[in-house]
Amino acid sequence: MKIQILGTGCPKCEALAENVEAAAKELGLEYEMEKVTELSEIMTFGVMMTPGLVVDGEVKIVGKVPSMPEIKEMLRG
Amino acid sequence: MPRARKENTVMNWKREGRIFLIIAAVFLATFYMPVGEPRFDNAILEALLLLRSYAREHVLLCLIPAFFIAGAISVFVSKNSVMKYLGAGAHKAVAYGVASVSGSILAVCSCTVLPLFAGIYRMGAGLGPATAFLYSGPAINVLAIILTARVLGPELGIARALGAVLFSVVIGLGMHLFFRGEELERAKVEAAMPDTPVARPLWQTTTYIALMVGILVFANWGAPSSDQGLWSMIFRAKWLVTSAFALGFAAALVRWFRMPLFRVAAAAVPPTLLAALVPEHPMLSFGAGIIGLSTITAGREDETGEWFGSTWGFAKQILPLLLIGVLVAGLLLGRPGHEGLIPSVWVSRAVGGNSLWSNLFASIAGAFMYFATLTEVPILQGLLGNGMGKGPALALLLAGPALSLPNMLVIRSVMGTKKTAVYVSLVVVMATVSGIIYGALF
Repeated sequence: MKIQILGTGCPKCEALAENVEAAAKELGLEYEMEKVTELSEIMTFGVMMTPGLVVDGEVKIVGKVPSMPEIKEMLRG
Repeated sequence: MPRARKENTVMNWKREGRIFLIIAAVFLATFYMPVGEPRFDNAILEALLLLRSYAREHVLLCLIPAFFIAGAISVFVSKNSVMKYLGAGAHKAVAYGVASVSGSILAVCSCTVLPLFAGIYRMGAGLGPATAFLYSGPAINVLAIILTARVLGPELGIARALGAVLFSVVIGLGMHLFFRGEELERAKVEAAMPDTPVARPLWQTTTYIALMVGILVFANWGAPSSDQGLWSMIFRAKWLVTSAFALGFAAALVRWFRMPLFRVAAAAVPPTLLAALVPEHPMLSFGAGIIGLSTITAGREDETGEWFGSTWGFAKQILPLLLIGVLVAGLLLGRPGHEGLIPSVWVSRAVGGNSLWSNLFASIAGAFMYFATLTEVPILQGLLGNGMGKGPALALLLAGPALSLPNMLVIRSVMGTKKTAVYVSLVVVMATVSGIIYGALF
Protein backbone atom coordinates (compact mmCIF):
# COMPACT_ATOMS: atom_id res chain seq x y z
CA MET A 1 0.00 0.00 0.00
CA LYS A 2 1.08 3.56 -0.53
CA ILE A 3 1.13 5.96 2.39
CA GLN A 4 1.65 9.67 1.91
CA ILE A 5 2.24 12.17 4.68
CA LEU A 6 1.27 15.72 3.74
CA GLY A 7 2.99 18.49 5.63
CA THR A 8 5.45 21.32 5.21
CA GLY A 9 7.75 20.00 7.91
CA CYS A 10 5.97 21.16 11.03
CA PRO A 11 6.49 19.17 14.25
CA LYS A 12 3.00 17.67 13.95
CA CYS A 13 3.77 16.28 10.50
CA GLU A 14 6.87 14.57 11.87
CA ALA A 15 4.83 13.13 14.72
CA LEU A 16 2.24 11.79 12.27
CA ALA A 17 4.91 10.18 10.07
CA GLU A 18 6.46 8.46 13.09
CA ASN A 19 3.15 7.20 14.42
CA VAL A 20 2.03 5.90 11.05
CA GLU A 21 5.31 4.10 10.57
CA ALA A 22 5.01 2.49 13.99
CA ALA A 23 1.39 1.50 13.37
CA ALA A 24 2.14 0.01 9.96
CA LYS A 25 5.01 -2.04 11.37
CA GLU A 26 2.86 -3.26 14.22
CA LEU A 27 0.19 -4.37 11.78
CA GLY A 28 2.83 -6.04 9.64
CA LEU A 29 1.78 -4.13 6.52
CA GLU A 30 3.80 -3.88 3.39
CA TYR A 31 3.94 -0.21 2.55
CA GLU A 32 5.81 2.54 0.86
CA MET A 33 5.90 5.92 2.57
CA GLU A 34 6.31 9.28 0.92
CA LYS A 35 6.48 12.70 2.54
CA VAL A 36 4.86 15.42 0.49
CA THR A 37 6.28 18.77 1.57
CA GLU A 38 5.61 21.06 -1.41
CA LEU A 39 2.63 23.30 -0.67
CA SER A 40 1.25 23.23 -4.21
CA GLU A 41 1.46 19.45 -4.26
CA ILE A 42 -0.34 19.20 -0.93
CA MET A 43 -3.10 21.33 -2.43
CA THR A 44 -3.66 18.81 -5.22
CA PHE A 45 -5.01 16.43 -2.58
CA GLY A 46 -7.47 19.09 -1.49
CA VAL A 47 -5.83 19.38 1.89
CA MET A 48 -5.48 22.79 3.53
CA MET A 49 -4.80 21.82 7.08
CA THR A 50 -1.57 20.02 7.69
CA PRO A 51 -0.69 17.36 8.61
CA GLY A 52 -2.63 15.07 6.32
CA LEU A 53 -2.58 11.32 5.89
CA VAL A 54 -3.26 9.78 2.50
CA VAL A 55 -3.59 6.02 2.10
CA ASP A 56 -3.69 4.66 -1.46
CA GLY A 57 -4.76 8.03 -2.81
CA GLU A 58 -7.55 8.55 -0.29
CA VAL A 59 -7.33 11.40 2.24
CA LYS A 60 -7.90 9.87 5.64
CA ILE A 61 -7.37 12.76 8.00
CA VAL A 62 -6.46 16.45 7.87
CA GLY A 63 -5.31 18.92 10.47
CA LYS A 64 -4.47 16.67 13.36
CA VAL A 65 -2.40 13.79 14.58
CA PRO A 66 -4.79 10.93 15.26
CA SER A 67 -4.29 8.47 18.09
CA MET A 68 -2.62 5.08 17.57
CA PRO A 69 -5.88 3.05 17.46
CA GLU A 70 -7.35 5.57 14.98
CA ILE A 71 -4.30 5.30 12.72
CA LYS A 72 -4.50 1.50 12.72
CA GLU A 73 -8.17 1.71 11.80
CA MET A 74 -7.29 4.01 8.86
CA LEU A 75 -4.54 1.72 7.63
CA ARG A 76 -6.73 -1.36 7.81
CA GLY A 77 -9.86 0.11 6.23
CA MET B 1 33.27 -0.31 -1.74
CA PRO B 2 36.45 1.26 -3.10
CA ARG B 3 34.69 4.36 -4.38
CA ALA B 4 33.27 5.39 -1.06
CA ARG B 5 36.66 4.89 0.55
CA LYS B 6 38.27 7.12 -1.94
CA GLU B 7 35.78 9.89 -1.29
CA ASN B 8 36.50 9.61 2.39
CA THR B 9 40.23 9.96 2.06
CA VAL B 10 40.22 12.85 -0.34
CA MET B 11 39.15 16.08 1.29
CA ASN B 12 35.87 17.56 0.18
CA TRP B 13 37.14 21.10 -0.29
CA LYS B 14 33.80 22.74 -0.57
CA ARG B 15 32.63 21.37 2.77
CA GLU B 16 35.95 21.77 4.56
CA GLY B 17 36.25 25.31 3.29
CA ARG B 18 32.90 26.17 4.80
CA ILE B 19 33.91 24.67 8.12
CA PHE B 20 37.15 26.64 8.02
CA LEU B 21 35.28 29.87 7.40
CA ILE B 22 33.01 29.19 10.38
CA ILE B 23 36.00 28.45 12.62
CA ALA B 24 37.77 31.59 11.41
CA ALA B 25 34.69 33.70 12.05
CA VAL B 26 34.25 32.30 15.55
CA PHE B 27 37.95 32.89 16.21
CA LEU B 28 37.80 36.50 15.10
CA ALA B 29 34.62 37.09 17.05
CA THR B 30 36.15 35.73 20.25
CA PHE B 31 39.49 37.44 19.59
CA TYR B 32 37.87 40.84 19.37
CA MET B 33 35.09 40.09 21.85
CA PRO B 34 34.46 43.36 23.65
CA VAL B 35 34.33 41.81 27.12
CA GLY B 36 35.10 44.48 29.66
CA GLU B 37 33.61 47.23 27.54
CA PRO B 38 30.89 48.69 29.76
CA ARG B 39 28.28 48.68 26.97
CA PHE B 40 28.85 45.02 26.12
CA ASP B 41 29.00 43.80 29.72
CA ASN B 42 25.90 45.74 30.50
CA ALA B 43 24.09 44.28 27.50
CA ILE B 44 24.84 40.73 28.65
CA LEU B 45 23.52 41.60 32.09
CA GLU B 46 20.41 43.17 30.55
CA ALA B 47 19.75 40.03 28.49
CA LEU B 48 19.90 37.84 31.58
CA LEU B 49 17.80 40.23 33.66
CA LEU B 50 15.15 40.40 30.95
CA LEU B 51 15.12 36.62 30.70
CA ARG B 52 14.66 36.31 34.44
CA SER B 53 11.83 38.81 34.49
CA TYR B 54 10.03 36.82 31.77
CA ALA B 55 10.54 33.59 33.70
CA ARG B 56 9.18 35.18 36.88
CA GLU B 57 6.34 37.22 35.52
CA HIS B 58 5.05 35.66 32.36
CA VAL B 59 5.67 31.93 32.15
CA LEU B 60 3.71 30.27 34.92
CA LEU B 61 0.65 32.50 35.15
CA CYS B 62 0.35 33.55 31.53
CA LEU B 63 2.14 31.42 28.95
CA ILE B 64 1.36 27.98 30.35
CA PRO B 65 -2.38 28.60 30.74
CA ALA B 66 -2.27 30.10 27.24
CA PHE B 67 -0.76 26.87 25.91
CA PHE B 68 -3.64 24.92 27.47
CA ILE B 69 -6.15 27.29 25.87
CA ALA B 70 -4.46 27.04 22.48
CA GLY B 71 -4.38 23.26 22.81
CA ALA B 72 -8.09 23.17 23.66
CA ILE B 73 -8.97 25.32 20.65
CA SER B 74 -6.95 23.17 18.30
CA VAL B 75 -8.39 19.89 19.59
CA PHE B 76 -11.97 20.58 20.69
CA VAL B 77 -13.18 23.16 18.19
CA SER B 78 -14.35 21.63 14.92
CA LYS B 79 -12.56 23.35 12.09
CA ASN B 80 -14.82 22.03 9.38
CA SER B 81 -17.70 24.12 10.68
CA VAL B 82 -15.58 27.23 10.08
CA MET B 83 -14.14 26.09 6.77
CA LYS B 84 -17.67 25.75 5.44
CA TYR B 85 -17.86 29.53 5.27
CA LEU B 86 -14.60 29.81 3.36
CA GLY B 87 -15.42 27.22 0.71
CA ALA B 88 -15.88 27.74 -3.00
CA GLY B 89 -19.64 28.21 -2.71
CA ALA B 90 -19.53 30.55 0.26
CA HIS B 91 -21.40 33.83 0.32
CA LYS B 92 -18.81 36.52 -0.49
CA ALA B 93 -19.57 39.02 2.26
CA VAL B 94 -19.73 36.27 4.85
CA ALA B 95 -16.44 34.83 3.60
CA TYR B 96 -14.62 38.14 4.22
CA GLY B 97 -16.02 38.41 7.73
CA VAL B 98 -15.20 34.83 8.62
CA ALA B 99 -11.74 35.01 7.03
CA SER B 100 -10.84 38.07 9.05
CA VAL B 101 -11.60 36.50 12.44
CA SER B 102 -11.20 32.78 11.91
CA GLY B 103 -7.44 32.89 12.35
CA SER B 104 -8.00 32.68 16.07
CA ILE B 105 -9.61 29.26 15.65
CA LEU B 106 -7.97 27.87 12.53
CA ALA B 107 -4.43 29.06 13.00
CA VAL B 108 -3.68 28.54 16.64
CA CYS B 109 -0.05 28.53 15.65
CA SER B 110 1.27 30.76 12.88
CA CYS B 111 2.85 27.79 11.06
CA THR B 112 -0.56 26.61 9.82
CA VAL B 113 -1.47 29.93 8.20
CA LEU B 114 0.22 29.38 4.83
CA PRO B 115 -1.37 26.04 3.86
CA LEU B 116 -4.79 27.41 4.81
CA PHE B 117 -4.17 30.56 2.80
CA ALA B 118 -3.19 28.52 -0.26
CA GLY B 119 -6.24 26.32 0.26
CA ILE B 120 -8.72 29.18 0.53
CA TYR B 121 -7.16 30.81 -2.53
CA ARG B 122 -7.12 27.74 -4.76
CA MET B 123 -10.06 25.69 -3.57
CA GLY B 124 -12.17 28.03 -1.51
CA ALA B 125 -13.59 31.52 -1.47
CA GLY B 126 -10.79 32.99 -3.59
CA LEU B 127 -8.18 35.73 -3.53
CA GLY B 128 -9.89 38.37 -1.34
CA PRO B 129 -10.84 36.18 1.63
CA ALA B 130 -7.56 34.27 1.33
CA THR B 131 -5.45 37.41 1.70
CA ALA B 132 -7.71 38.68 4.49
CA PHE B 133 -7.02 35.44 6.31
CA LEU B 134 -3.31 35.61 5.56
CA TYR B 135 -3.06 39.07 7.06
CA SER B 136 -5.09 38.61 10.23
CA GLY B 137 -4.16 35.00 11.03
CA PRO B 138 -0.77 35.49 12.70
CA ALA B 139 -1.93 38.57 14.60
CA ILE B 140 -5.09 37.15 16.17
CA ASN B 141 -3.94 33.74 17.24
CA VAL B 142 -4.68 33.38 20.93
CA LEU B 143 -1.08 33.03 22.06
CA ALA B 144 -0.05 36.25 20.32
CA ILE B 145 -2.95 38.27 21.73
CA ILE B 146 -2.46 36.98 25.27
CA LEU B 147 1.28 37.62 25.35
CA THR B 148 0.99 41.04 23.67
CA ALA B 149 -1.64 42.17 26.15
CA ARG B 150 0.31 40.81 29.10
CA VAL B 151 3.73 42.23 28.23
CA LEU B 152 2.95 45.35 26.20
CA GLY B 153 -0.29 46.32 27.89
CA PRO B 154 -3.96 45.68 27.12
CA GLU B 155 -4.39 48.72 24.82
CA LEU B 156 -1.74 47.54 22.40
CA GLY B 157 -3.01 43.96 22.65
CA ILE B 158 -6.54 45.01 21.74
CA ALA B 159 -5.37 47.48 19.09
CA ARG B 160 -3.34 44.72 17.49
CA ALA B 161 -6.28 42.33 17.32
CA LEU B 162 -8.78 44.97 16.16
CA GLY B 163 -6.36 46.52 13.68
CA ALA B 164 -5.58 43.13 12.20
CA VAL B 165 -9.24 42.20 11.78
CA LEU B 166 -10.39 45.55 10.32
CA PHE B 167 -7.49 46.01 7.95
CA SER B 168 -7.52 42.41 6.80
CA VAL B 169 -10.93 43.06 5.25
CA VAL B 170 -9.62 46.24 3.60
CA ILE B 171 -6.59 44.40 2.23
CA GLY B 172 -8.71 41.47 1.04
CA LEU B 173 -11.11 43.80 -0.76
CA GLY B 174 -8.17 45.74 -2.19
CA MET B 175 -6.64 42.59 -3.64
CA HIS B 176 -10.01 41.57 -5.05
CA LEU B 177 -10.45 44.95 -6.75
CA PHE B 178 -6.92 45.06 -8.15
CA PHE B 179 -7.24 41.66 -9.71
CA ARG B 180 -10.96 41.40 -10.34
CA GLY B 181 -10.40 40.84 -14.07
CA GLU B 182 -8.53 37.64 -13.51
CA GLU B 183 -10.46 34.46 -13.24
CA LEU B 184 -8.42 31.89 -11.47
CA GLU B 185 -8.18 28.49 -13.02
CA ARG B 186 -9.25 26.63 -9.98
CA ALA B 187 -7.65 23.50 -8.80
CA LYS B 188 -9.81 20.64 -9.95
CA VAL B 189 -9.99 19.04 -6.59
CA GLU B 190 -12.64 19.54 -3.98
CA ALA B 191 -11.41 20.42 -0.53
CA ALA B 192 -11.07 17.18 1.39
CA MET B 193 -12.74 17.33 4.76
CA PRO B 194 -13.11 13.91 6.29
CA ASP B 195 -15.79 14.52 8.86
CA THR B 196 -14.80 14.12 12.44
CA PRO B 197 -17.80 13.52 14.64
CA VAL B 198 -18.58 16.38 17.00
CA ALA B 199 -18.48 15.11 20.53
CA ARG B 200 -20.41 17.83 22.31
CA PRO B 201 -22.52 20.90 21.70
CA LEU B 202 -20.67 24.09 20.86
CA TRP B 203 -21.80 25.92 24.00
CA GLN B 204 -20.07 23.36 26.20
CA THR B 205 -16.78 23.72 24.35
CA THR B 206 -17.11 27.51 24.45
CA THR B 207 -17.86 27.54 28.17
CA TYR B 208 -14.93 25.22 28.83
CA ILE B 209 -12.52 27.51 27.00
CA ALA B 210 -14.09 30.62 28.56
CA LEU B 211 -13.50 29.18 32.04
CA MET B 212 -9.83 28.79 31.21
CA VAL B 213 -9.68 32.34 29.86
CA GLY B 214 -11.27 33.45 33.15
CA ILE B 215 -8.52 31.73 35.11
CA LEU B 216 -5.90 33.36 32.90
CA VAL B 217 -7.36 36.86 33.10
CA PHE B 218 -7.91 36.98 36.85
CA ALA B 219 -4.64 35.26 37.80
CA ASN B 220 -2.86 38.02 35.87
CA TRP B 221 -4.96 40.91 37.17
CA GLY B 222 -2.50 43.75 37.74
CA ALA B 223 -2.47 46.08 40.72
CA PRO B 224 -4.41 49.27 39.87
CA SER B 225 -2.91 52.69 40.50
CA SER B 226 -5.39 53.65 43.23
CA ASP B 227 -6.74 51.69 46.22
CA GLN B 228 -10.30 52.66 45.49
CA GLY B 229 -12.88 51.52 43.01
CA LEU B 230 -13.87 48.36 41.20
CA TRP B 231 -10.47 47.47 39.71
CA SER B 232 -8.80 47.49 43.09
CA MET B 233 -11.62 45.42 44.60
CA ILE B 234 -11.15 42.83 41.88
CA PHE B 235 -7.41 42.93 42.45
CA ARG B 236 -7.77 42.12 46.13
CA ALA B 237 -10.15 39.27 45.38
CA LYS B 238 -8.30 38.03 42.31
CA TRP B 239 -7.21 34.71 43.75
CA LEU B 240 -10.70 34.00 45.08
CA VAL B 241 -12.15 34.71 41.64
CA THR B 242 -9.45 32.61 40.00
CA SER B 243 -10.25 29.72 42.35
CA ALA B 244 -13.94 30.01 41.53
CA PHE B 245 -13.14 29.72 37.81
CA ALA B 246 -10.85 26.77 38.55
CA LEU B 247 -13.66 25.04 40.43
CA GLY B 248 -16.01 25.55 37.48
CA PHE B 249 -13.33 24.29 35.15
CA ALA B 250 -12.89 21.11 37.23
CA ALA B 251 -16.64 20.53 37.18
CA ALA B 252 -16.71 20.92 33.38
CA LEU B 253 -13.86 18.46 33.06
CA VAL B 254 -15.82 15.84 34.99
CA ARG B 255 -19.23 16.52 33.52
CA TRP B 256 -18.48 17.15 29.81
CA PHE B 257 -15.16 15.47 29.25
CA ARG B 258 -15.87 12.30 31.24
CA MET B 259 -12.85 12.70 33.44
CA PRO B 260 -13.33 10.44 36.50
CA LEU B 261 -14.31 12.48 39.57
CA PHE B 262 -11.71 10.88 41.82
CA ARG B 263 -8.86 11.87 39.49
CA VAL B 264 -9.97 15.50 39.36
CA ALA B 265 -10.49 15.52 43.14
CA ALA B 266 -7.04 14.04 43.71
CA ALA B 267 -5.48 16.66 41.44
CA ALA B 268 -7.27 19.41 43.35
CA VAL B 269 -5.82 18.40 46.73
CA PRO B 270 -2.24 19.80 46.39
CA PRO B 271 -3.27 23.26 45.12
CA THR B 272 -5.97 23.55 47.80
CA LEU B 273 -3.53 22.57 50.54
CA LEU B 274 -0.88 24.98 49.28
CA ALA B 275 -3.42 27.78 49.05
CA ALA B 276 -4.43 27.15 52.67
CA LEU B 277 -0.91 26.73 54.06
CA VAL B 278 1.06 29.39 52.12
CA PRO B 279 -1.51 31.90 50.90
CA GLU B 280 1.28 34.49 50.47
CA HIS B 281 2.70 32.47 47.53
CA PRO B 282 -0.24 31.93 45.17
CA MET B 283 2.15 30.87 42.40
CA LEU B 284 2.91 27.65 44.28
CA SER B 285 -0.73 26.72 44.35
CA PHE B 286 -1.16 27.71 40.70
CA GLY B 287 1.83 25.61 39.68
CA ALA B 288 0.53 22.62 41.63
CA GLY B 289 -2.79 22.98 39.82
CA ILE B 290 -1.07 22.91 36.43
CA ILE B 291 0.97 19.85 37.39
CA GLY B 292 -2.21 18.17 38.65
CA LEU B 293 -4.09 18.90 35.42
CA SER B 294 -1.17 17.64 33.35
CA THR B 295 -0.92 14.45 35.38
CA ILE B 296 -4.57 13.51 35.00
CA THR B 297 -4.76 14.32 31.29
CA ALA B 298 -1.37 13.18 29.98
CA GLY B 299 -1.29 9.81 28.29
CA ARG B 300 -5.04 9.22 28.29
CA GLU B 301 -6.40 7.55 25.20
CA ASP B 302 -9.39 9.90 24.90
CA GLU B 303 -9.62 13.51 23.73
CA THR B 304 -8.32 14.96 27.00
CA GLY B 305 -5.10 13.06 26.31
CA GLU B 306 -5.06 14.54 22.85
CA TRP B 307 -5.61 17.97 24.39
CA PHE B 308 -2.60 17.55 26.64
CA GLY B 309 -0.54 16.29 23.71
CA SER B 310 -1.39 19.38 21.70
CA THR B 311 -0.68 21.69 24.66
CA TRP B 312 2.67 20.00 25.20
CA GLY B 313 3.39 20.37 21.49
CA PHE B 314 2.88 24.15 21.67
CA ALA B 315 5.04 24.44 24.77
CA LYS B 316 7.82 22.40 23.20
CA GLN B 317 7.73 24.41 20.02
CA ILE B 318 7.39 27.93 21.39
CA LEU B 319 9.33 28.06 24.67
CA PRO B 320 12.82 27.59 23.13
CA LEU B 321 12.11 30.18 20.43
CA LEU B 322 10.87 32.64 23.00
CA LEU B 323 13.91 32.01 25.22
CA ILE B 324 16.25 32.89 22.36
CA GLY B 325 14.05 35.82 21.32
CA VAL B 326 14.09 37.29 24.83
CA LEU B 327 17.87 36.90 25.11
CA VAL B 328 18.47 38.58 21.75
CA ALA B 329 16.03 41.38 22.53
CA GLY B 330 17.66 41.91 25.92
CA LEU B 331 21.15 41.91 24.43
CA LEU B 332 20.35 44.39 21.68
CA LEU B 333 17.83 46.60 23.41
CA GLY B 334 17.96 45.98 27.16
CA ARG B 335 15.06 46.05 29.58
CA PRO B 336 12.56 48.90 29.38
CA GLY B 337 14.33 52.01 30.56
CA HIS B 338 17.81 50.51 30.09
CA GLU B 339 20.12 50.32 27.10
CA GLY B 340 21.50 47.24 25.40
CA LEU B 341 24.03 47.14 22.57
CA ILE B 342 21.99 49.50 20.40
CA PRO B 343 21.99 53.09 21.67
CA SER B 344 18.49 54.39 22.41
CA VAL B 345 19.21 57.49 20.36
CA TRP B 346 19.24 55.34 17.23
CA VAL B 347 15.92 53.79 18.13
CA SER B 348 14.19 57.05 18.92
CA ARG B 349 15.64 58.65 15.79
CA ALA B 350 14.37 55.85 13.54
CA VAL B 351 11.02 55.01 15.10
CA GLY B 352 10.40 57.60 17.82
CA GLY B 353 7.37 59.86 17.84
CA ASN B 354 4.55 59.28 15.44
CA SER B 355 5.70 60.74 12.15
CA LEU B 356 4.88 59.25 8.78
CA TRP B 357 8.54 58.31 8.40
CA SER B 358 8.72 56.42 11.73
CA ASN B 359 5.56 54.48 10.96
CA LEU B 360 6.62 53.68 7.43
CA PHE B 361 10.07 52.60 8.56
CA ALA B 362 8.57 50.33 11.25
CA SER B 363 6.16 48.79 8.73
CA ILE B 364 8.81 48.06 6.13
CA ALA B 365 11.28 46.71 8.66
CA GLY B 366 8.54 44.53 10.10
CA ALA B 367 7.43 43.28 6.71
CA PHE B 368 10.84 41.97 5.75
CA MET B 369 12.11 40.85 9.13
CA TYR B 370 11.42 37.33 10.27
CA PHE B 371 9.95 36.92 13.73
CA ALA B 372 9.74 33.42 15.12
CA THR B 373 6.35 32.84 16.76
CA LEU B 374 5.79 35.33 19.60
CA THR B 375 9.33 36.76 19.60
CA GLU B 376 7.94 40.01 18.23
CA VAL B 377 6.73 40.71 21.76
CA PRO B 378 10.08 40.95 23.65
CA ILE B 379 11.62 42.78 20.70
CA LEU B 380 8.80 45.32 20.70
CA GLN B 381 9.11 45.66 24.47
CA GLY B 382 12.79 46.50 24.05
CA LEU B 383 12.12 49.00 21.28
CA LEU B 384 9.36 50.72 23.25
CA GLY B 385 11.68 50.95 26.27
CA ASN B 386 14.24 52.69 24.07
CA GLY B 387 11.94 55.39 22.82
CA MET B 388 9.90 53.83 20.03
CA GLY B 389 6.57 55.58 19.57
CA LYS B 390 3.32 53.74 20.20
CA GLY B 391 2.14 54.22 16.63
CA PRO B 392 5.24 52.69 15.03
CA ALA B 393 5.02 49.89 17.61
CA LEU B 394 1.55 48.96 16.35
CA ALA B 395 2.74 49.30 12.75
CA LEU B 396 5.54 46.84 13.43
CA LEU B 397 3.17 44.48 15.25
CA LEU B 398 0.78 44.48 12.31
CA ALA B 399 3.29 44.14 9.50
CA GLY B 400 5.83 41.99 11.34
CA PRO B 401 4.33 38.57 11.98
CA ALA B 402 2.11 38.75 8.90
CA LEU B 403 5.07 38.96 6.55
CA SER B 404 8.71 38.01 6.36
CA LEU B 405 11.15 37.44 3.55
CA PRO B 406 10.86 33.62 3.72
CA ASN B 407 7.07 33.63 3.78
CA MET B 408 6.93 36.15 0.91
CA LEU B 409 8.68 33.51 -1.18
CA VAL B 410 6.07 30.90 -0.29
CA ILE B 411 3.25 33.37 -0.97
CA ARG B 412 4.84 34.14 -4.33
CA SER B 413 4.90 30.46 -5.23
CA VAL B 414 1.17 30.34 -4.51
CA MET B 415 -0.12 33.45 -6.25
CA GLY B 416 2.71 34.81 -8.37
CA THR B 417 5.01 37.81 -8.25
CA LYS B 418 2.58 40.56 -9.19
CA LYS B 419 -0.07 39.71 -6.62
CA THR B 420 2.58 39.20 -3.96
CA ALA B 421 4.05 42.63 -4.65
CA VAL B 422 0.63 44.27 -4.43
CA TYR B 423 -0.12 42.36 -1.22
CA VAL B 424 3.15 43.41 0.41
CA SER B 425 2.57 47.04 -0.54
CA LEU B 426 -0.98 46.94 0.81
CA VAL B 427 0.26 45.47 4.09
CA VAL B 428 2.93 48.15 4.45
CA VAL B 429 0.49 50.96 3.66
CA MET B 430 -2.22 49.63 5.99
CA ALA B 431 0.21 49.02 8.85
CA THR B 432 1.57 52.56 8.43
CA VAL B 433 -1.90 54.09 8.40
CA SER B 434 -3.07 52.18 11.47
CA GLY B 435 0.16 53.10 13.25
CA ILE B 436 -0.41 56.80 12.59
CA ILE B 437 -4.04 56.61 13.73
CA TYR B 438 -3.17 54.70 16.89
CA GLY B 439 -0.24 56.99 17.66
CA ALA B 440 -2.46 60.03 17.32
CA LEU B 441 -5.12 58.58 19.63
CA PHE B 442 -2.96 57.25 22.47
